[in-house]
Amino acid sequence: MIATQNLSFAYATDKQFTFPDFSCADRETMLILGKSGKGKTTFLHLMALLLKPTGGKIQINNQEISELSVSAAADFRAKNVGIVYQKPHFVHALSVLDNLLLSNYLAGKNQAKDKAKHLAESLGFAEHLSKKTTQLSQGEQQRVSIARALMNSPSVILADEPTSSLDDDNCLKVIELLKKQTQEIGASLVVVTHDQRLKDVVEKRIEL
Amino acid sequence: MNLLKISTSNLKDKPLTSFLSILLMALGIAIISLLLLAGKQIEEKFTRNVAGIDMVVGAKGSPLQLILSSIYQIDAPTGNISMEEANRLTRSPLVKSVIPLSMGDNYQGYRIVGTNPKYLEHFQAEFEQGKVFENPMEIVVGAKVAKNLGLKVGDSFASQHGYDQEGHAHDAKKFKVVGILKNTNSVLDQMMVTPLESVWEVHDEGHHEEEVGKGANALKLLEEDNNNVEANSPMDEGKEITSMLVKFRNPAMGMMMARSINLNSTLQTATPAIEINRLFALMGFGIDALKLIALVIIIVSGLSVFVSLYNSLKERKYEMALMLSMGASRTRLFLLLLLEGLIISVLGFVIGIILSRLGLWIMSENIEQNFHYDFNVLSLLKEEFWLFLGGLFIGILAAAIPSLGIYNINISKTLADE
Repeated sequence: MIATQNLSFAYATDKQFTFPDFSCADRETMLILGKSGKGKTTFLHLMALLLKPTGGKIQINNQEISELSVSAAADFRAKNVGIVYQKPHFVHALSVLDNLLLSNYLAGKNQAKDKAKHLAESLGFAEHLSKKTTQLSQGEQQRVSIARALMNSPSVILADEPTSSLDDDNCLKVIELLKKQTQEIGASLVVVTHDQRLKDVVEKRIEL
Repeated sequence: MNLLKISTSNLKDKPLTSFLSILLMALGIAIISLLLLAGKQIEEKFTRNVAGIDMVVGAKGSPLQLILSSIYQIDAPTGNISMEEANRLTRSPLVKSVIPLSMGDNYQGYRIVGTNPKYLEHFQAEFEQGKVFENPMEIVVGAKVAKNLGLKVGDSFASQHGYDQEGHAHDAKKFKVVGILKNTNSVLDQMMVTPLESVWEVHDEGHHEEEVGKGANALKLLEEDNNNVEANSPMDEGKEITSMLVKFRNPAMGMMMARSINLNSTLQTATPAIEINRLFALMGFGIDALKLIALVIIIVSGLSVFVSLYNSLKERKYEMALMLSMGASRTRLFLLLLLEGLIISVLGFVIGIILSRLGLWIMSENIEQNFHYDFNVLSLLKEEFWLFLGGLFIGILAAAIPSLGIYNINISKTLADE
């Protein structure tokens, strides 16, 4: 689970954000809708501990994490938070499989090749595992990045505009996959987006 | 999955850039290593062959030429000297021993040198087969010559005039092989040794029939001239030799004697140590220049690593931020990039060392064909260890400077911007 209270962040004195409180239990999906400039990505980076909040609290699995040091935050993030970025980026010299295993390696966990293969099968890119990521289509790349976020079985999956560059068909597929996979590992799913198409498929949502 | 795998994948992902960096590093290392190897081996050969000889006496001319021809058998002799005049020197109480040398013929490009058994003793030569020569026209063959020409005891052959295979053949008189030497690792391995009398015999007989100018080389002309002058002088029926190797009882006193010979006779003396130092000083200048060029190549290799990492780091900024967000520490990523420089240095060094050995081997084959001098190829030098450290240092430094940028990446901003 993940919950925030009175979370705020300032890039500069004239550019401050305060964010509404929310909480998302295990196996739940939370949609955070907002137009550009509303601080969607900032909110996600705060939850991912990529930014340190100027005020407020964040709990993941009932642990207060806003006060963690930089290295402790990196370690906590690697083990407990999976992130799906808007554009799928990879270490492009590595194969699809190695990009998945990289997630285990950098979090200091055992490299689970079987799990990578299993995820690839259920997300439908098993035949691409040995290819370079640049050889895959946009939709396939997005599915690989979902698999990468799942590799360490995190408690929270954060997705930043996972569907905005996809057509209607793929958009629905991707969000269903995300929901299904997070439920399978018992994680909370938080999707930050401006994509109104997702309103219909996620019940719980807040607007920025 | 580990740092090494990511590094090598990154290098393989840009094969041309990596190839260029490795190639430059390898070239620089190869040139320096080749110079070190060749210099060392030449010096070793030269020092080993010169051991125990304090002075060489020969005809007037270049002292370096006299040393090269009489000790190393690689240059043409300066001319002939009268045996009688040379012998007069040996009576001096300062002289411990002398070895006369008479050159002028070859067989298949290998020099035939007329001398006495003391020459063999000088090199502490041992016999593989047969025994030392006792009579004229008997000949003892060096290990390498025997091997390359397939000579055995009992074989006989006619020599050719001069120092290469194009000389006029002295068909009438044949040499008979009586001994094959063991390897001495000296110039003796590339020579054939016979009594002084053989050389006189071959030339007395052939001398007047030879036509000067017909296929003769300059050296031959020179020698013929000398011979003619001597032959025409009415009073001298005496024998000639090419030069004489001298050992002194006391080298310091010997130097005084050398000075007086140079002043008061038609002979010239040369001190091997001095001439060889002079030769090394001359060569050293060229070697230093080459080393400098090689060093520049290595530095350019470092620059190439620097530029390619600097550029790729700009391209890979997002990748780095991504890995940071996935739990990598900045130091780990810094090491990852250092590793790329390190791999280039190590590969460059290994390839460079292989190239230098290959180069030396080719050089050795060539030199052996032309000068009958050989190199021992596979020794690893102490200096090459320092070369290795130097190469590593340049590779790591070149990688470290652009990689420090890792510590300035703003993860959130980089991830949000793209």
